[in-house]
Amino acid sequence: MTEVSMVVNGRKVSGDVEGRTLLSAFLRENLGMTGTHVGCDTSQCGACVVHVDGAAVKSCTMFALDADGAEVATIEGQAAPDGTLNVIQQAFQDYHGLQCGFCTPGMVMSAAALLKDNPKPSEAEIRDYLEGNICRCTGYHNIVRAIMAASGQDVPAVAAE
Amino acid sequence: MPKDHGIGASSKRREDVRFLTGDGNYTDDINIAGQTYVHFLRSDVAHGIITNIDSSAAEAMDGVLRVFTSKDFEAVGGIPCGWQVTDKFGEPMQEPKHPVLAEGKVRYVGDPIAAVVAETPELARDAAEAIVVDIDELPAVVDMKAALADGATKVHDDLTSNLCYDWGFVEENKAAVDEAIANAAHVTTLELVNNRLVANPMEPRVAIGDYSRGTDDHTLYTTSQNPHVIRLLMGAFVLGIPEHKLRVVAPDVGGGFGTKIFHYAEEAFVTFAAKAVNRPVKWTSSRSEAFISDAHGRDHVTKIELALDKDNNFTALRCETYANMGAYLSTFAPSVPTWLHGTLLAGNYTTPLVYTNVKAVFTNTVPVDAYRGAGRPEATFQLERVVDKAARELGVDPTELRRQNFIKPEQFPYDTPVAVTYDTGNYHATLDKALEMSDYANFDKRVAESKSRGKLRGLGVAHFIEACGIAPSNLVGQLGARAGLYESATVRVNATGSISVLTGSHSHGQGHETTFPQVIAEMIGIDESQIDIVHGDTSKTPMGMGTYGSRSIAVGGSAMVRAAEKVINKAKKIAAHLMEASEADIELADGQFSVAGTDKSVAWGDVTLAAYVPHNYPLEDIEPGLEETAFYDPSNFTYPSGAYFCEVEVDPDTGAVEVLGFTAADDFGNVINPMIVEGQVHGGVAQGIGQALLENCSYDDNGQLLSGSFMDYAMPRASDLPTFDVDHSCQTPCTHNPLGVKGCGEAGAIGSPPALVNGVIDALHRGGYPVEHINMPLSPSRVWEAIQSVK
Amino acid sequence: MYNFEFEKPATVEEAVAALKAEDAQPLSGGQTLIPTMKQRLNAPSKLVSLIGIDALKGVSAAGGVLTIGAGTTHATVAAEAGAYPALAALAGGIGDPAVRNRGTIGGSLANNDPAACYPAAALGSGATVVTNAREIAADDYFQGMFTTALEEGEIITSVKFPIPEKANYQKFEQPASRFALTGVFVAKTADGVRVAVTGASEEGVFRWTEAEEALSANFSPEAVDGLSVPQDGLIGDLHGTPAYRASLIKTLTKRAVAAA
Repeated sequence: MTEVSMVVNGRKVSGDVEGRTLLSAFLRENLGMTGTHVGCDTSQCGACVVHVDGAAVKSCTMFALDADGAEVATIEGQAAPDGTLNVIQQAFQDYHGLQCGFCTPGMVMSAAALLKDNPKPSEAEIRDYLEGNICRCTGYHNIVRAIMAASGQDVPAVAAE
Repeated sequence: MPKDHGIGASSKRREDVRFLTGDGNYTDDINIAGQTYVHFLRSDVAHGIITNIDSSAAEAMDGVLRVFTSKDFEAVGGIPCGWQVTDKFGEPMQEPKHPVLAEGKVRYVGDPIAAVVAETPELARDAAEAIVVDIDELPAVVDMKAALADGATKVHDDLTSNLCYDWGFVEENKAAVDEAIANAAHVTTLELVNNRLVANPMEPRVAIGDYSRGTDDHTLYTTSQNPHVIRLLMGAFVLGIPEHKLRVVAPDVGGGFGTKIFHYAEEAFVTFAAKAVNRPVKWTSSRSEAFISDAHGRDHVTKIELALDKDNNFTALRCETYANMGAYLSTFAPSVPTWLHGTLLAGNYTTPLVYTNVKAVFTNTVPVDAYRGAGRPEATFQLERVVDKAARELGVDPTELRRQNFIKPEQFPYDTPVAVTYDTGNYHATLDKALEMSDYANFDKRVAESKSRGKLRGLGVAHFIEACGIAPSNLVGQLGARAGLYESATVRVNATGSISVLTGSHSHGQGHETTFPQVIAEMIGIDESQIDIVHGDTSKTPMGMGTYGSRSIAVGGSAMVRAAEKVINKAKKIAAHLMEASEADIELADGQFSVAGTDKSVAWGDVTLAAYVPHNYPLEDIEPGLEETAFYDPSNFTYPSGAYFCEVEVDPDTGAVEVLGFTAADDFGNVINPMIVEGQVHGGVAQGIGQALLENCSYDDNGQLLSGSFMDYAMPRASDLPTFDVDHSCQTPCTHNPLGVKGCGEAGAIGSPPALVNGVIDALHRGGYPVEHINMPLSPSRVWEAIQSVK
Repeated sequence: MYNFEFEKPATVEEAVAALKAEDAQPLSGGQTLIPTMKQRLNAPSKLVSLIGIDALKGVSAAGGVLTIGAGTTHATVAAEAGAYPALAALAGGIGDPAVRNRGTIGGSLANNDPAACYPAAALGSGATVVTNAREIAADDYFQGMFTTALEEGEIITSVKFPIPEKANYQKFEQPASRFALTGVFVAKTADGVRVAVTGASEEGVFRWTEAEEALSANFSPEAVDGLSVPQDGLIGDLHGTPAYRASLIKTLTKRAVAAA
């Protein structure tokens, strides 16, 4: 066991890990932060996406020890301290961008990374950016619209009456 | 003006807040003090005799609590099958034992041989690797037709063959169908495969067993769509635990799509092992393990023939299908290719004669069971493909051939020749809607534009009908179901007027926590926020059958309405007492009880308070309290229908298919929450496009799974899919449930595969490549090969 | 996965020293290695993470050569290799954004997955692979599927790409993994045209020399019309037959030439 320390959502944390302990396992098991999900073992589904030093990474494909000293942001740190959803989270609710919720933490974290680099993405750019985030419920339609809305762009009304 | 609350409003989902903040409670998020972990040692060969298992090295490892093999399960039952199909000779299907851990033989890659319980997951896996298993390999039975050949190796030695059943429906119609086809003016024939799929909800399955010696209580936390069904099957048939000593909890569940209906060996194992080691036992499936342990879906091989008269009227349909059961019978597997398939083969049409033969076959593959749509996608795919082919052969517009043969609006209720009665529908309306939405009239211009870029554009049309809202218990009982298919609800009104609805339906993405309160809010006239839903825990809700078959709102919602009606009736009695009026004169609107024709009224909360603080209360006539339960058993299935158009572009040089647009005009009857209904259609269509274009669960001749991870099993990504154009304005409400709803969960997955395939075939024909059929998925290589075959 | 010792040196020298341990392996992003380890298909005794070595990071262009540090992520190459647009575009199409934030060019080339993109760029550009010990020409570096000229314990420090007059990479994605089902990199230089193909051959990345000759004579899509790719040794799997891959090689070559 080796001690690893990092800052997660602004809080300094540390814990004893093995070499093989993945960052996702450190978050879920050592820290009890179960918002980060693991949906595959081939680094494709993206349910585990977090930010490490500002960049989106798949926390299931990074060793905890490789994040020693890093700043990590997870889904748990996205809303305001009083619980107010951030603009992306709110757009996901407003545009029904989630159903079962399992891929959602990764989707929100990927969307945040996208909008940081590209504040007004086109629909095609959003779809392309989500290459590494698989959703089985929504068909992505409302995820794309939520991200459009979160970026302040026009989105047609959700529910046709 | 759209409504902003109650039935018909696109209320935002309250469950989203916890899912968006990492605050969901999925089964893998549950950790119990003292918990241990199990790793299953699974067969890496498809078929063989286990000659020896030496687990001594594993047992000697530090941190290993115990190694289990089938010997430990001699006193318990096998995993039961929940449906018995009777074959065309009147005999029951062949039903092999499905042991919790393999007994003597392994029958598919993934069959669990042994299980190690250890202090950590990695230790359990290390120890599982230290178990030495000797297997005398047998030839693998993979191809269904070969499995039925004389002398084929048997998957189950104690059965007479690999044939589970040979089912005919409607057997009495067979001679008439044969005659009609023999004498038809035109017969269109098509042989096709409905490809095997893996459901792949994003949350892999998890099961945690917990046991208290002090109370002899068992608890199973599991990723299930129907905790009561698991309690019944596992308690009564496998482990012999009475219901009051067995609690099954399915908390937040990350998608199901059918594959989390079934009772799995891992659930029985952790429940059993928790008592055996007297510690909680947790199993978390990896995605790779899911591919070889979750029940697969579809996998039909079919020949279908459609007979038409000289005026292009459909006169008969004959279908011969081989349906893969895999190595064992999963919970509802036998029902899928039979009652969920054969009864839908009239489709939207007036075809007077229909006959289906289904041979269900055991093979050395993962068990196959219901996947979103379950039988109905298979029926719709073959029917809509053969109708499309007939239109092409006859040189008529595919929409017109369909329209000509549609059941007309005035013909409802309509008795089909395949034993079901459609209560309502208007297929012409959804077709007209889809024609308008898809800009069908200008399609030729778009073809020309694609051609100018070297691409082939096509438009595929498909219609569907489904029987859902499953199902009338007495009917399914006659058909072989070993369970009732009612649903339950308790409406528990609290003293201050807030309400907890305890439902047997289970939400794993469908949004019940939002939509069910919308219904109650509408009925009583109080705010939706005053109502909460409780589900997913057998210790909290009345016995319910869970969520699948697009049944939650049609059956579970109906149970809730019935319970709420009882509550309202009782509340009216209380209100009448409080206002000293006749009960018959009491009206409820906007959360106020009033006396008709007067200005007297009393608020909902005052009445509920009176029920629990019964000082001024008719105690001689009614009991205190305000809580009612209802069990609702539907009198018929519901029959959603729709018209789906898919516009595609084919790159003839690479075979790549791009989905340019997708139009869905559905009739779901009344709609509770349009936003959620549309989301269900989006997701269903995406899965259907996935089946048609991308997904392929494939075995080699040795029974090795070739597509055992997301590296080879192509899941639809955002860039694979278009923006969907969906509509549900064509509404013919269901006539036999109180909400007039039909259900919307499976529609998208049912109607979309034939729409897409018809679109690609249309594109190829328009481009000068007269390809008649390509089996799904229409991967680039398959489309390219089809083009080469007609060059 | 099996456990291992983890080490994260700050210099190349420390890394080389750490890799002398028996069954030690370098970890340079791990986007392929870690999934392999999860399947227990790989059991290093020690992993030496190279991503803490600043000297291995960075993109620079000088004298018609683009030099990329081996520890540079795909995302950085996509953003900073503007001097070689075809290479930047290729890097921006590897995997997905999160993978591109971790995966590195050195890791990709050392692994030499037969369906990876970078090997096509390196071979198609006639790049030079620089290690802690020597420089290796791309033509000598790639030695078959998952096999390279690297010695045990030798690590790539940078890759030098001569910047061609024109270049383009066409990737046709395998629908599941999104690796290249077939990818073709075409580069036109003063010395002629190079065509490198990935994803298609059981031997890994290779040069399509007939096309190179034809395109060197006439750099137009039509120049390869009369050619056909031999199917011998091409991969046949769930996603495509050798015949299909042979057809893709030709189609993608033409498209790369047109787009270059």
